[in-house]
Amino acid sequence: MTTAETYVTAAYCVVFGIVLLYVVIIALKVQRLERDVDALAGSAAGKAAGEEKRDG
Amino acid sequence: MRRIPLPVLAAAALVLVTLALALVFFVVPNDADQGFSQRIFYFHVSIAFTAYLCFGAGAWKALRHLWKRDPRADLESYVAVHQGVIFGVLVLLTGSIWAKISWGHWWVWSENQLVLFLVLFLFYAAYFMLRFSVDPGPQRANISAVYALFGVVLVPVSFLAIRLSQSLIHPQVFTRHGPNFGGWILAAYIVSQVAVLVLAYTLYRVELAGKLLDLRLRELRLA
Repeated sequence: MTTAETYVTAAYCVVFGIVLLYVVIIALKVQRLERDVDALAGSAAGKAAGEEKRDG
Repeated sequence: MRRIPLPVLAAAALVLVTLALALVFFVVPNDADQGFSQRIFYFHVSIAFTAYLCFGAGAWKALRHLWKRDPRADLESYVAVHQGVIFGVLVLLTGSIWAKISWGHWWVWSENQLVLFLVLFLFYAAYFMLRFSVDPGPQRANISAVYALFGVVLVPVSFLAIRLSQSLIHPQVFTRHGPNFGGWILAAYIVSQVAVLVLAYTLYRVELAGKLLDLRLRELRLA
């Protein structure tokens, strides 16, 4: 590989590396949101079960 | 207006980026002046225009927020500025690599184009420090919107810097008479530009969807 080829490859790798890193960060945030939704659904189900028990 | 579904956008971005890379590496001939290293140009310039567009979109959404008091517009402005900063990092990094091959230096402080882009980038990087130093609410949204609007003034200054500069180190590829290139180089540039724009819009939509979901979850927790 010539010096120019090395630098051009490095430039494109930097672009895709940063885009990939961004996608990974977003994926981690989505995972956190999924956990939050699960926790909220769990607490809503618990609340509904409690109300059902109290009513009857 | 009906929005394009995210999977369609993501697939289009993947196809376009692959096509652009194929054109850049297998079809476009070597530049007579810069040789192989000129191939950085296709993504470097496309990313730079995309960053300008993101900052412009951020300012437009900020104006919309100040005008119509639309809370969603504040979030859209924030995400657009965030995208602009990410693409700004890419412009600085790819530009530095290209500068090292072409000029023998990673950075040239005497070049107005480089310094003005750095100023623009740092201005928008400071946007996040300002935004997160204020508690969430209308005050944060208003301050952020005013800041994003002020910053957009730097975009035409940065773009026109090459034309205003006396130095001719940084290449001027777009003149009043159109681009300084044609044939496969122009075709590869157009495909690369469209590919980067579609990629940026896809990332914008993904990030915005996440932020909106986060906002709704917070509201649900409080309910």
